[in-house]
Amino acid sequence: MVRLITHNLLACHAKGCTSNNFPLLFQDAAVELRDADFNADFLRGFLPRLEWPALVGAARQLGDTSLPAEQPDMLDDDFLQKLHHVLLEIHVEEGAMVCPNCKHVYPISNGIPNMLLAEHEIG
Amino acid sequence: MSRPELVAPPEIYYGDIEAKKYTNNSRIQQIQADMTYRALELLNLPPDEPAFLLDIGCGSGLSGEILDEEGHMWVGVDIAPSMLEVALEREVEGDLFLQDIGQGFGFRPGSFDGAISISVLQWLLNAETSHPTSSPPHRLTRFFITLHAALKNPSRAILQFYPTSDDQIQLITSIAQKAGFGGGVVVDYPNSKKARKVFLCLFVGGGGGAQQVPKGLESEVEDEGKVQFEKRRERLKSRSGGKRKNIKDKDWILKKKELYRQRGKEGVPNDSKYTGRKRKAVF
Repeated sequence: MVRLITHNLLACHAKGCTSNNFPLLFQDAAVELRDADFNADFLRGFLPRLEWPALVGAARQLGDTSLPAEQPDMLDDDFLQKLHHVLLEIHVEEGAMVCPNCKHVYPISNGIPNMLLAEHEIG
Repeated sequence: MSRPELVAPPEIYYGDIEAKKYTNNSRIQQIQADMTYRALELLNLPPDEPAFLLDIGCGSGLSGEILDEEGHMWVGVDIAPSMLEVALEREVEGDLFLQDIGQGFGFRPGSFDGAISISVLQWLLNAETSHPTSSPPHRLTRFFITLHAALKNPSRAILQFYPTSDDQIQLITSIAQKAGFGGGVVVDYPNSKKARKVFLCLFVGGGGGAQQVPKGLESEVEDEGKVQFEKRRERLKSRSGGKRKNIKDKDWILKKKELYRQRGKEGVPNDSKYTGRKRKAVF
């Protein structure tokens, strides 16, 4: 159940990988759409925490182009609905996430990403 | 009390069978739920606002379900794949990660409004291999530093765990302090062997004034000073002393007579206003 809301918070945590380690890139992603309850207050509160370009990039990778490239100043209902869909309803079920810097691959199976590191990669 | 953390590492101990057992045990469910509610209380989140929380060692999502009920969004991490599988079967709402918390988190700074962890930290206190990154202090340091970074300022992390000794509490709190956390240990029901619960209450930032460490719960006075056995004895005493109610009252007699009539028994007396009445003493 990797949703874009968590993907947007996730950086590579391997040893020595401290710059350019975000966002992780999707690879062979199998996407599933699942309805979720819409909560406007939560979205408004969460917006400042998002990396907007990373979110738009990740959404485009998964084939969703409903979000504008620039974060709009006006938070109308239409925009929040789109944001809700992208953040909470797109689930990546299979595939992998790859660190853009150290190329570490985090495989996703059954919707659960494997974030375990080998002994030599632990910081 | 048994100590599963001394038996095997968590990802092996909580295999398919143990994970199912753990999740379906109603007593464990109750204890976990109680502790989750208490942790949420200690977390002191602003009321009526959905928060984004981290559930460290979420397991099969017993604590996550309660976060769902309370209307929070959450992300869960656990190292046992079997437990996560059970969580998937139970269709919990949060995002799940297979992650070793002793290796640290990869979350961006300021991601979460708070973190809870129920019965997890004691698993970090055993070294599984002789590699330097496998020593408890190293793993705890990694865990607390990355956790501190992942929480927003100000916020709290409430970690319930089962320490075996005061040395363990000392080790954990000192490492947490070095990682930048404020706060301390809250002990609920310190005098009870069973109900005693240790919560590590960690603060990120303080917003000016230092945050107060909450007080632990004390058991009610009623239970103290009185042995459980005595209560049973009191009950016995009251039973023998009181007057017993007559079982064969008017209703009972009427019921029996009705029954006999239905069965066709001969000579069943008629019902009258004298039925079931007591005779006077002079009779």
